[in-house]
This record gives sequence, structure tokens and C-alpha cells, in this order.
Amino acid sequence: MDWFTFLFAVEVAIGGLLSGVMYALVAIGFVLIYKTSGVLNFAQGAMVLFAALTFVSLTEMGLPFAGALVLTLLAMTLLGITVERAVLRPLANRSPMTLFMATLGLSYILEGLAQLLWGTQVHRLDLGISNDPFEVAGIFISTFDLVAAAIAGAMVAVLTAFFRFTRTGLAFRAVADDQFAALAVGLRLDRIWIAVWTAAGVVALVAGLLWGARLGVQFSLSLVVLKALPVLVLGGFDSVLGAIVAGLLIGATEKLAEVYLGPFVGGGIEGWFAYAVALVVLLVRPSGLFGQKLVERF
Amino acid sequence: MSFFKRIAPALLAATILTGGFTTAQADEQHFPLQSYRVGPYAAGGTGFFGGFIDYLNLINTRDGGVNGVKLTWSEGETEYEVEKGVEVYQRLKSNPGIAAWNPLSVGIAYAMIDGITADKVPLITINHGRTDTTDGRVFPYVFPLLLNPYSETSGIVNYIASKEGGPDALKGKKIVVLYHGSPYGKETIPIYDLLAQKYGFELTQIEVPHPGNEQGAQWLQIRRERPDYVVLRGWGVMNPVALTTAQRNGFPVDHIIGNVWSNSEEDVTPAGDAAIGYTAITTQASGKEYPVLQEIIKTVYDAGQGNLSDPQRIGSVYHNLGIVNGILNVEAVRIAQEKFGHRTLTGDEVRWGFEHLQLSPERVKELGAENLFHSINVTWQNHEGEGYVTFQQWDGKKWNVVSDWIAPDWSLLRPIIEKSSEAYAAEKGITIRTQADVDEVVGQ
Amino acid sequence: MSLVTEFSATPLPPRENRLLAALPLVVILAVAYLAVPLLANEYLIEAILLPFLALSLAGLGLNLLTGYAGQVSLGSAAFMAVGAFAAFNFDLRLGLPLPASMLLAAVAAAAIGLVFGLPSLRLRGFYLAVSTLAAQFFVQWALNKFGWFSNGSASGIIAAPAIGIAGLPLSGPVGRYLFALVTVTAITFLLHRIVNGPQGVNLIAVRDNETAARVIGVPVLRTKLFAFALSSAIIGIAGVIWAFAYLRTVEPAGFNLDRSFQILFIVIIGGLATIRGAFLGAGLIVVFPLVLSRLTGLFFDGVADPGTIELLERIALGTVIILFLIAEPSGLSAILSRLKRRLAAPRAG
Repeated sequence: MDWFTFLFAVEVAIGGLLSGVMYALVAIGFVLIYKTSGVLNFAQGAMVLFAALTFVSLTEMGLPFAGALVLTLLAMTLLGITVERAVLRPLANRSPMTLFMATLGLSYILEGLAQLLWGTQVHRLDLGISNDPFEVAGIFISTFDLVAAAIAGAMVAVLTAFFRFTRTGLAFRAVADDQFAALAVGLRLDRIWIAVWTAAGVVALVAGLLWGARLGVQFSLSLVVLKALPVLVLGGFDSVLGAIVAGLLIGATEKLAEVYLGPFVGGGIEGWFAYAVALVVLLVRPSGLFGQKLVERF
Repeated sequence: MSFFKRIAPALLAATILTGGFTTAQADEQHFPLQSYRVGPYAAGGTGFFGGFIDYLNLINTRDGGVNGVKLTWSEGETEYEVEKGVEVYQRLKSNPGIAAWNPLSVGIAYAMIDGITADKVPLITINHGRTDTTDGRVFPYVFPLLLNPYSETSGIVNYIASKEGGPDALKGKKIVVLYHGSPYGKETIPIYDLLAQKYGFELTQIEVPHPGNEQGAQWLQIRRERPDYVVLRGWGVMNPVALTTAQRNGFPVDHIIGNVWSNSEEDVTPAGDAAIGYTAITTQASGKEYPVLQEIIKTVYDAGQGNLSDPQRIGSVYHNLGIVNGILNVEAVRIAQEKFGHRTLTGDEVRWGFEHLQLSPERVKELGAENLFHSINVTWQNHEGEGYVTFQQWDGKKWNVVSDWIAPDWSLLRPIIEKSSEAYAAEKGITIRTQADVDEVVGQ
Repeated sequence: MSLVTEFSATPLPPRENRLLAALPLVVILAVAYLAVPLLANEYLIEAILLPFLALSLAGLGLNLLTGYAGQVSLGSAAFMAVGAFAAFNFDLRLGLPLPASMLLAAVAAAAIGLVFGLPSLRLRGFYLAVSTLAAQFFVQWALNKFGWFSNGSASGIIAAPAIGIAGLPLSGPVGRYLFALVTVTAITFLLHRIVNGPQGVNLIAVRDNETAARVIGVPVLRTKLFAFALSSAIIGIAGVIWAFAYLRTVEPAGFNLDRSFQILFIVIIGGLATIRGAFLGAGLIVVFPLVLSRLTGLFFDGVADPGTIELLERIALGTVIILFLIAEPSGLSAILSRLKRRLAAPRAG
């Protein structure tokens, strides 16, 4: 392998790692909800769409960045409260499968609502981050992806600090560890659920903004969940750290596979390759890299 | 007035549903629309069907219909899904006086071919569709008007040749085709191979998996190849992502050429600055300076009857495609009326009209569409009608035409098309039509 | 003599009950086999009954896996695709009669199902569910990628051959309907026998408690794989009906993730681990959006454009799904049982 091909491989790997951060970003939203309520929230993709569409429509109406951000956050909080009242509470103690189907129903509602409110047009979202690459030792690195990674990193740091150092965060962890024990010591489960859905809404907004700046804000934004699902399986549904590590791993392997294995089978293998990677790892560790070992039944 | 206009199709639909409709009372020609205004391809659907309806509206309001025959339509939402398209087809096919179907979806069109052939009603797949339906000898009722995927491929290569200074200059050039990972995306692979062989350029074709929201790996490969041009055969979200990823990899955007489904405002605006300088093929120019658009604005939009909710989109690529589609449908009806009489025509009579749809550049000018599209020359054998293409460049706000009207290499492609359609005919046991079959028309 | 009468007198009421219980089934079959072909118009058959039959069958297949064996799959549409493409190729390349190519298609789907069922030996719950997505994306990719599957068709969408059995053409709406109906009826009866037989007991044992099942000697691994294979085979046949009898075109895009979710909805809403649940669920999924679109069309047409109406429908559909899950966790099938009991109650009293 000569120097140039080596550099190229490094470049592919770096590009993959940065893409992986974007996958992890979406996956974290799933993890938050799964961890505290055992729900695999398929509506996360619709929440990403809803948040980004609301934000971009507000800015197009002339609101400044901060104003639109605050209003969208309010909308996501409202959404969290509504979901707790209208979906989670009535469905408490139902099987995980029922809850999963309910979130599918929720995703229909959110997709419909988002487009009904803000239209079906494609929007441009400009975060003011440069899209031009810069060069380090012959390797192109995208400024945008680096900034996105930094934002994702900051968000994870905030989340971690929140879990570790605040009372609400402590309550989250208590619920995640043992719901019944948490109830027994008097924690208000409903409030925690509202908080956690709101937090997932915030994560959805951040993911929506970064992905929206890459794709344009449009219906296809909700499809980013398909990139996040293998990350979840690999990292474990209930581990934030797992989501990040798995995101990086999947991002890098899938890009390397597409470039180096793809030509042998005709390319375009990214769609399923991530799942294959996840499956292979799962055969060794059935609860993902960092997931808790749980026996589940439907 | 406006409200009544809007509610008229609804009343019509309601009457049909309740079964109260038996015959067409007045002379009316009907267009059932399998539109998609929701879902991933909503932007294209609202523009295209909006333009189509706007033109039908113009003909009704300005001319009182086609020779006094009113044009009517009814819509069913498909979300671009085949089974919803089939449901709408089944629901609307009993409407009286149907002129033609215009689904603007390959999947839906395919699922209808058997049905409309039995019904003897034309199926229009403007700018897309199954390439071998160009052969009218095998597919009497299907019309891929203006441009089929093969002609598009040839048109793009001819344009690159003209930019490089002639077909000979293509020798040794390197072209990458980046295609959507779907049957649609793969359709032109053999044609690019053929043209590469013919002109001697180096060719690499790279697939982007659906939906195309991640293209890091593909563009790194492109960067390694260092091609002279990248042809984008995209669809939906794949297009803006290709443009931004190209920028991130330092590939010059003015050497990316988009195909006919990568050429709209919706494909470039999300990419922002990354799209400035991007060029794409089109059969119809965008903009509203053409007389027919001015009349639509005056007669339809100023009266509050426009179909687009956002008047900013008047003259956009899909809207103008819808208008051109309207012109072609209406003119086919008009041509058929000259033969069969100024009344409601049967589907088969309209089919005859489409098979004689010859609009010279002069006729196109009379219709107020000079430079909007070039011309069309449909015959019973050639259902595409030799549409010309042009190329438009995005300047960040609008598309500007940057080339002459270019003719694809039809004679090169025809034998390939015939081979495919004859195989289909053999497989399905279809007898190949002759001239005599054309004038055998099922009348009223 | 009296002994005999006594003997025959006591079993009589149950038999009467059994007859009574079978009555709705007889009525349904009579309507399906006699009334529909004679009376139904094309719209009813083409737009409602054919998708209903195909999706019911797919629902039956998934219900075997999810409802009876407790393994969740999000990749059902992939097996429909395998069935459809396999039948197309067996028909094209071997020129087999339709029932034979359909049977082979079922075998092909079962084989693919076995492969993608292997993770179930290690994985549980959502880990397994999400892993089945691998089938979804891989199959779609492979069918797209290798032109051989679609016989080198340039656009990758293939026209299904006209169907017919033993020289009897069935390509008209009624013919295709009867073909689908006979297939669905036969498989339903077969499945009914299986789930009520020893295999059915094994499946339920595995679902309810794997460890306990192993203790009492149920071959857990074999049972799971059996469920995957049989379920995929049935879903594969559903794919054949979908492609050959309903749409009459075969394209990979039609068997996407949305279709898989649709089938899962059918099973959950219809009622897990019931045969009739699949039919009830499919009925709701096929008919409800149409009714909804007629209703919203009636109220909003002319005021709102069709796009807006579609969005309202989507919101309504999502709401109904959630309300339904809240109000009736055991699905439509449970509602039907309750209704029956309530109808029976006055007579008993």
C-alpha cells in the first residue's frame, strides 16, 4: 500500500467517523426514552422532522435564531407533555410492543401535523457553518462535520452532567434502574416521563438542525432513523455511551466497506451493511456493546 | 365564483360516488389525476399537477374549453404509492369522457398498463416511464412524451460533447454517473456504457443507496477518480446532499450535470451556495416570461383560481412541466376533435390524437410557448415524439438556460428500444401493430 | 335403548352449538365464494378485496411468528418480495404451472426466512426486531442490484404473467379474486390445524417461557426456526398474490419498510395469536383509510386541496391507532368475542 492509498483510507475512515457522530446524534434520542420508559420510540424520526420544520418555518417568518429556538423548544416541551398525558399514561404497564406500535401511530400524527402546519415544501436551513473543506496533510476534512461533531459532543457533555449532577437527572437514573423502586420512594413518574420526552425533543431539535442543514428540511428528514437503528442495536438500547461508540464504529466500517467491498458486489451496500455489522457483534454480545442484559418478552 | 370553481370537481366526484352519474350531460372531456401532494415527493407533485390544472383552467376560462368542450378533472391522492395509485385508478376509471391518464410515477404507470390497454385510454408518462413504450407498435396506449430515459442519457452526453468542443473531444475524458439505488436509477446503466464505447470516454457508475442522505463514501471515490464530469441521476433528497457533499470534497459544482429528476428548485435550494453553478437537463425552460404563463397568471391566478398555494412557484420547473403536459394533452384532444368532431371523445379517439400530436416550433409559438419547449413529433410508431432538450444553470435564485435546444441521438437508440419492446411483445403474445390498426378507432 | 337416547341426548346440544358456531364461517365463505363473484363490481375486487386478501395472508404469516411464537419481525415485506420474485422466476425460467411455482416460491421464502431467523436463537425483544430489518434492506438491495432477478428488465419493474391454472385463464378480476381466495382459504385451514396441534402448543410454550418450555422438553431452537420458516413461507405466498393477482407488476420498491409496518399493524390491531385477527386487522387497514378519505372528501373537498385532506387522514389514522391500543389491547378479535358473548347472553338467560 503506497502513501497515497493509505491517506485515502484514512480519509474514508475519518469521513466515516464524522458521519457516525451524526448517526449517534439521532440514536441518543432513542436511548433517553428507552432507558427511562422501556419504549422504543419510533416517532423519534418524526420528532426530528417536526422540530426542524417548526424551527425553519419560524425563522422564515422573520424570527431571529434565538427566538425560533426558544419557541421550538417550547413546542417540543408541549409535545412531551401531550405524549405523556395522551399516550404513555393510558398505556402504562402495557407490553413494549404495544408501546412501540403507539409510537408508530404517533409518528403518523407528527408527520401529518408538521406538514399541515408548515406545508410540504422543501426548505433551506443555513446554520452559518461553512461547508468548505480544509486540508490537513493531504486529507480533506469537512468543517461542517467537525462543527457538527463538536455540537454533538457538547450535547452529550450537557446530558451527562445533567444526569450526574441534578436532582431530576438522579431521578432519571433511579427510574432507569428500577421503576418500581423509584415509585416506592415517591418519585413522580409522570413528571419524569414528561422531562425525558422533552429532553428527547431537544435532542431531536439538535439532530434536526444539523441533519436539516445537510439535507434540507423536508419529509425525508424522518428517514434518518434508519441510520440510527443499527447504531442502537450495536450500542445497546439503553446506553448513551454505547450509542456514541457504536455510531463511530458503524460510520467508519460502513464507509470503508462501501469504498473497498462495494465495488466487488456492485456498490450501494450501505443500506444494509450497518445491520450486518451490528448482527455479527450481537451474536457475541446479545445486548449490544454496552446494553444491560435484560430478558424481554412481548 | 372562486369557491364554486373549487367545489365543482368535488361535486362531480360526489355525484359519481353516489352513483347518480350515468352519462355526460354536456360535452365534457375528463382528466382523472392521480396526484401526490403529500409525502416525500410532494414538491414535484404539487408543482406538476398544479401546472396541469392551471392550464386546463386557462383553456376553460379563456376559450370556453376545447371547441366548446369543457375540460374537467378529479383528483385522488396517491403519495406516490403504487397501491394507492391503483385504488384511485379503479375509483376514477368509470368517470365519463376520460381523455387520458397522467400519473407522473413509473410504478403507478406500470401497474395500469394492462388496465388502460383494455379500457383503450391513453396513459401519458411525460419525461419518464418505461423506455420501450416509445415503440407504439407494441404499446398503442402508452406515451412517454418528449423524453424517455434513453434519450435523456444521450442528450446529456451530447451536451457534454458540445461543451468540450465536439464529440471527438470526449475521447479520453472521464465521466462518473452517480445514480439512485432504485430501478429508476439503474435504468440507463447500459446506455451510458454504450455511449462510452461509442465516444471513447472513461466511465464509472456509482450507486447511492436510497434515500441518499449519506454520500460520503461515494464522493470520496469520485475524488479519487478525478473525473471531468459527474452526471447526477438523482431523486428527492439525494440531489441536495450530492451537491453539498461535492462541495465538502472540493469537486467543482459547474462540472456536475443533473438529469431530468435532479433539475428542479427543490433539488437545489436546500443545498444553498453549494448549488450555484450546477447545470441540469430539461425539456421545458423555467421562468414566467412565456406568453402562456403570463395568461395563466392573468386569467387564472389574478382571479384567485390558481392551483399553487405559493404563487412564488409559478414558472418553477415542475409547474412548467405541468403546463407543457397540459398543452400536449389539450392539443391531442384538439387534433382528435378535428378528425372525429367537436364533442366528447372516447379514449381511443384521444389515442388517435396523441398519435398525430405534431407541434412544430411555429405551432408551439402560436400556443404561447415559444422557448418554453421546442416541438414534438409523435407518430404511431414513435410515442416519444423526438423532444429536444436544453440545459439550465442555477444561479442561487433561479435557473438560466445555458445551451441551445439539443437533439438526442434517436436513431442510435431506436434499435435498442425495438429489441426490448419486441421481446415484451413476444413474452406477452402481443401482435405488432401496423399502419392499418392506427385508424381503427373505437368511437362512441 | 334409553341408554342410547340418553347418550345421544347429552352430546346433542354441543353439536348444535358447534353448528351454530360454524354458522358465521359458513355464511362468510358463502358470501366470499358465491355472492362476491356474482355481484361485486371491479372496484370492490381490484381496490379492496385483492389487497385485503394478500395482506390478510401476510398478517396470518406474521401472526404465527409474532402472535404464537413471540418473535417480532420488522422485515415481513422482504419475504413478500422474495415470494413474488421467486414465483416470477420459477414461472419464467422453468415454465412451471402456477401452483408449482407458488409452492417453490414459498420454499424459497422459507429458506431466506430461516437464514434471517438465525439471530433469534441469540437475540430477544427489540434487538431481534431491529435485526430483522437487515432482511428488509438486504433483500431489497439484492433484488435491485442483480438484474437476473427481474430478468434484466431495464427499469427493474416487471409485469407479472397472466395467471391461469390448468389452462383455465384467471386473469380477469373475478378469476384473480377466486385464485387469491382459494389460496387464502386453504392456507388458513392448514394454519388452523397447525396452531391447534402439538406444534402450536410448542410455539406458545416458547413464547410464554422459553426456559420452562425447554424444561418440559420442547425443542426451543427447532420450534423457533420452524416458526420463522413457516411464517416466511406464508408471507411469501402473500407476496405472490400481491404481485400476481393484485398489482400485476413486481417491483422491489413496493415491498418496503412501510409495508412491513403495515403488516405488523394488522397483527397487533387484529389481535395477536388469533386466526381471525389477521383478517379483521387487514380489513381495518385496507378499508379504514378509504372510508376516511371518502368522509374527509365529503366534508373538506373544495375547501382544502387533496394534499391537506391526506394529511388530515394521516393524523386521524395515527390517532385511531393510539386510541385503539389504549381501548382494546387484545385487538379487534377480542371485540368480536365480546360482541358474540353479549349476543349469546340473552339467549342463554
